[in-house]
Amino acid sequence: MITHHLSDKLLMAYSAGTLPEAFNLVVATHISVCDACRATLAGFDAVGGALLDDDCATMGADCLANVMARIKSGAATTKPEARPSDAVLPAPLVDAIGGGLDRVQWRAVGGGVRQAILKTSDKASARLLHIPAGAAVPDHGHHGLELTLVLQGAFHDEDARFARGDVEIATQDTQHTPIAEPGQDCICLAATDAPLKFRAILPRLAQPFLRI
Amino acid sequence: MFDSFQPAMASRHAPALADMVRQTWLFSATGKGLNRVSRDTTPDWAALLRRVAETQDNDAFAALFAHFGPRVKAYLMKSGADAASAEECAQDVMVTVWRKAGQFDQGRASAATWIFTIARNRRIDMLRRDKRPDPEDLPWGPEAEPDQEDALALQQETAQLTKALRALPEAQRSMIERAYFADLSHSEIADVTGLPLGTIKSRIRLALERLRHSLN
Repeated sequence: MITHHLSDKLLMAYSAGTLPEAFNLVVATHISVCDACRATLAGFDAVGGALLDDDCATMGADCLANVMARIKSGAATTKPEARPSDAVLPAPLVDAIGGGLDRVQWRAVGGGVRQAILKTSDKASARLLHIPAGAAVPDHGHHGLELTLVLQGAFHDEDARFARGDVEIATQDTQHTPIAEPGQDCICLAATDAPLKFRAILPRLAQPFLRI
Repeated sequence: MFDSFQPAMASRHAPALADMVRQTWLFSATGKGLNRVSRDTTPDWAALLRRVAETQDNDAFAALFAHFGPRVKAYLMKSGADAASAEECAQDVMVTVWRKAGQFDQGRASAATWIFTIARNRRIDMLRRDKRPDPEDLPWGPEAEPDQEDALALQQETAQLTKALRALPEAQRSMIERAYFADLSHSEIADVTGLPLGTIKSRIRLALERLRHSLN
């Protein structure tokens, strides 16, 4: 049961197509497992449809003929391609990684935590985090916006618990210490539009090398 | 506005279609709002899309093209494209509308909504900046044919949304337009309250729950 959802602002910006790629990936992955946000997104798409329908420009007289010629010369119809997914990673992530969980190239970042940076545009960064059951994610604050989506296991911080499908939206004001719950290692997708700032001196020194 | 839209064209269509198209044209030609066209005589775009999907109906497509082509072009221009590339891309969008017509599902979106998503994706491709992956889709099972009544209700609710959007105070409407025409970043988007999305959301939610049920 998902209890932490995406905000209307994020869903609207995803519908409009104005988010950085790393956030698009989090939104698409969350919606893959969350019918409530899928329905809200459909509502925002309907707003886009209503705006589209409300205004028009003039098109050249030969446009329809051009389009018909292209249609007749091309493939008749296209069918949606089947997109692979696995038990942990929904299709948008499998697409981004180029395979399932076994294809992820993890790197140790200390404290038993591993991460894999995903290739996105440079306006924001996305990475997978693997946190051993019971381990803490280093205490950190945020410069910008950070979205953390749980894919396996669960973590909790001072205020709340986040399990599969839940997304934590952290802003500059958020200062917290997330801890993975015992029992199962926690895997998350995290995206941020600013580098994380760690409070401890060592992680801060390591930051440029870790690209986080 | 409909420079390229010849009334004579309508005579080549099946009679019913010709009437629908002529009505739309007449309405615009009376000058009752060139930019804000009245929806009262709206043809059943969803039915026309089905005809394109099922029988590759050229006339149905021509009617869709006459309505949505200029709108897609306007959307792309408001998103920053110059007139020439907007026209080029609007044609790409309409080719995609033909090819993907079979994937249109009137239980989950109106024709305008569906075409908006295709135009938005084309705009994102055009900018070559931030990719936008789609969510994993829910597979439609054989029994998951959308309920006709649901589709009609969704159509009515979408029409109400259009009306409500027009009735919004100018400042709020302009904020929403800027959000969709790529002028605002997510952090600049104000809290989106007052948009009547409730009924659309719950209808889609219902359709998704029914779908999940039929898959189990």
